[in-house]
Amino acid sequence: MASLKDLKMRIESVKGTRKITKAMQMVAAAKLRRAQEAAEAARPFADRMNVVMGNLAGASAGSESAPKLLAGTGKDDVHLLIVATSERGLCGGFNSSIAKSARVDAERLLAAGKTVKILTVGKKGREQMKREFAEHMIDHVDMSEVKRLGYNNAQDIANDVMARFNAGEFDVATIYFSEFRSVISQIPTALQLIPAKFEADEQAEAPFYDYEPGKEEILADLLPRALTTSVFAALLENAASEQGARMSAMDNATRNAGEMIDKLTIQYNRSRQAAITNELIEIISGAEAL
Amino acid sequence: MATMQFDLVSPERKLASLEASEVQIPGSEGDFTAMADHSPVLTTLRPGVLKVKAGSDVSEYIVTGGFVEVSPTATSVLAEQAVPKAEASAEFVNGLIADAEAAAKNVSGSDLDVANKRISDTRALLDLI
Repeated sequence: MASLKDLKMRIESVKGTRKITKAMQMVAAAKLRRAQEAAEAARPFADRMNVVMGNLAGASAGSESAPKLLAGTGKDDVHLLIVATSERGLCGGFNSSIAKSARVDAERLLAAGKTVKILTVGKKGREQMKREFAEHMIDHVDMSEVKRLGYNNAQDIANDVMARFNAGEFDVATIYFSEFRSVISQIPTALQLIPAKFEADEQAEAPFYDYEPGKEEILADLLPRALTTSVFAALLENAASEQGARMSAMDNATRNAGEMIDKLTIQYNRSRQAAITNELIEIISGAEAL
Repeated sequence: MATMQFDLVSPERKLASLEASEVQIPGSEGDFTAMADHSPVLTTLRPGVLKVKAGSDVSEYIVTGGFVEVSPTATSVLAEQAVPKAEASAEFVNGLIADAEAAAKNVSGSDLDVANKRISDTRALLDLI
């Protein structure tokens, strides 16, 4: 049985922890709001881009001259997995679930005899992927210096990926990130970047656009931008998911700390009571003996 | 005068959404002005100045690459970067020029022509601000 003093110290320490987790939760809530706003603000561009790309890509699909970014290299031997995670921990299962979905795919591809290359964005994902796939890691993008996620961050990643693609380093690129549904639900998602897939909207009236310059030139010009937009959207979703996950993780931690404090307090009071009772018994029996 | 919906969005945010009477667009094949009931056009942008007229109000934006979708009732500009002209400084444009020049370094063939055109288009911006 722990002594009274030990109990008291434990209660104080758990109280300190609760304060920290509470503060982290509130910071995450504020950051989440900002991340959500950023994701919201980026949506019109991405949506419109997808609609236009859907129209353009649908028209040129299957044609011989389709750009490689769209049509692929005709092989799927070498896969590039881009694993986007956070720079910091303490956000529940956020990083593990992304890494897990990437790991499952990597194992499946390796079992099928494909070559797997892994590019990580964010420190936490690299740590997790390195354990099993150290020899497959080709590069890492450090985001720890990035205070506010901008389009240029996505551009750097996309340019790097496209340069590797043009150099023939891989055939298929997939980005792993976490889609933000709500504070309690973030869904690890895999999105194929190259060859690019756009959902052509069947319902949309195929507009009779004049294309200037030609359709193919526009497609060639827009594909890299569309790719960048996809990466940007994925990073924004990830940022919102990270904060959401951290917020609920810290909320849980705060609640657990509260429960622990209650339990310890009861234990403390009981032992105090027991000690007092003991003393009283000693005094009374001492008095009776006289 | 008839108006149309005008939207200017960049990847990071929506810059403008308003009823405009005419929009002057720096298309990659040349400038043109879109007004209501324009035939549908989809074109890419070159670095230049986008001019939006809504009644007597005129707003101008510096845009870099991207594309424009013109339909009879609406014009949407999706610019990779867009900045109100009043906020654009020479430093900003110089930054764009540096970006364009950096992009031209690793390309060859017909891509080099495209990259060089981007540099000269961006340089021309210096005279416009």
